[in-house]
Amino acid sequence: MVRRLLALFLVLSLGTGAFAQEGFTPSDPDRSATGGAQTLEDIMARQEQMRVDDSFRSDLTGDPDAAAPTTDQLGTRGGASDPDLWRGLRYDTADVTTQARGPAATTLIQDGGMRWVAFREGPVAVYGGYLLLATIALLALFYVIRGRIRIDGAKTGRTITRFQAVERFGHWLLAGSFILLGITGLISLFGRKAIAAFQSADNPENYERAREVYATLALGSKWIHNNVSWAFMIALVLIFVMWVWHNLPDRTDIKWLAQGGGIFTKHHPPAKKFNAGQKLIFWSVIVLGGSISASGLSLLFPFELPMFAVTFDKINALGIPGWFGFSPLDTALAPHEEMQYAQLWHAIVSFVLMAIIIAHIYIGSVGMEGAYDAMGSGEVEEQWAREHHSIWAEEVLAEKNAPPSAQATPAE
Amino acid sequence: MKAMLLAFVAMGLVAVGADLALDQIGFSSSDRGSSGDVRLDDG
Repeated sequence: MVRRLLALFLVLSLGTGAFAQEGFTPSDPDRSATGGAQTLEDIMARQEQMRVDDSFRSDLTGDPDAAAPTTDQLGTRGGASDPDLWRGLRYDTADVTTQARGPAATTLIQDGGMRWVAFREGPVAVYGGYLLLATIALLALFYVIRGRIRIDGAKTGRTITRFQAVERFGHWLLAGSFILLGITGLISLFGRKAIAAFQSADNPENYERAREVYATLALGSKWIHNNVSWAFMIALVLIFVMWVWHNLPDRTDIKWLAQGGGIFTKHHPPAKKFNAGQKLIFWSVIVLGGSISASGLSLLFPFELPMFAVTFDKINALGIPGWFGFSPLDTALAPHEEMQYAQLWHAIVSFVLMAIIIAHIYIGSVGMEGAYDAMGSGEVEEQWAREHHSIWAEEVLAEKNAPPSAQATPAE
Repeated sequence: MKAMLLAFVAMGLVAVGADLALDQIGFSSSDRGSSGDVRLDDG
């Protein structure tokens, strides 16, 4: 699972094949010495947490056609022994009939659960947590070095409308829901670890109390996370429709990026309604937010919207895993495996978006003088607009200052 | 500021509405994982 997720992440993030293949055994190991059964290398590899090609076992689930007829001496009553049946159950290939009617009811054994838990509580939580802390630390460092980005010129005392009420409504619907989803998601991921801090043999009552508090908190978090997600998805569509036109890349973005947005200088590169930095934030929110929503819907409706086997199939068809030295991704996923991938993907992409949004919140509040007004009242200081969005400001002011005859055609 | 407060109110309404709507159409995520016969939570 770890291998597939890393491959998928690499592929989708267009990263380099930086991850070594040390986690895998050779795809075609020599098992002649054991007659095809597992070898000492397999055992050693498994002990080192490497993935072992166990097709020698998973394919051995009985063959009725190979069974000796019951009329023969030593004939059998079928071609599958008990061990064959258990292997079939173990690898979810047995023909199972159950009374329970659910999408995953016939999967009696699914062994990816522990790998999922280990990856979720290990690398996802650890690196995700570090990513957020590092982002905050970097922003704090930036604040210390650069300080608050002030309005350089003299303030005019006049304001111009930057965002209409409906735009601010869409922004805050998205922002409010994302913050709530982020906090409740982090509670779900780190909550149990946090209460472990109260675990002490000296004072078991403290731990019990913390556990009870967390149980309530987790339940509330789950409700909020599941239901506020709809507000997030609605807002995502809303801001996409309202702002996509203004966020299409153009030539000014190249200049803006080449000058680093003027962050470390007093010179402000020209920009339209949204500068290149804001466009990057916009597209990150749309693409990553869309991906989070898709995996979130898959989690909201368990087993109804499996998407990873289909995605892996498309990726394999393009031969992408081979570019990074990986074998084709597994497309025969158990229903639970689909959910496990969806959860991990949901968490990983959310961490990336959270880091981006923390930076966005910084620059929109303490990081830049006058920036908050754009989304607070919708009115910004004219000088601020001239400095940070000069092309847009000129257009708005030209329209504002145009003689009445140019603004409207009188009725005749 | 008014737009922000309105957005937060709308967020709450959407959340409560979503919960009620899913309940009304009879969707339950716990039903997807196991049948009522083997669950202890809802009798």
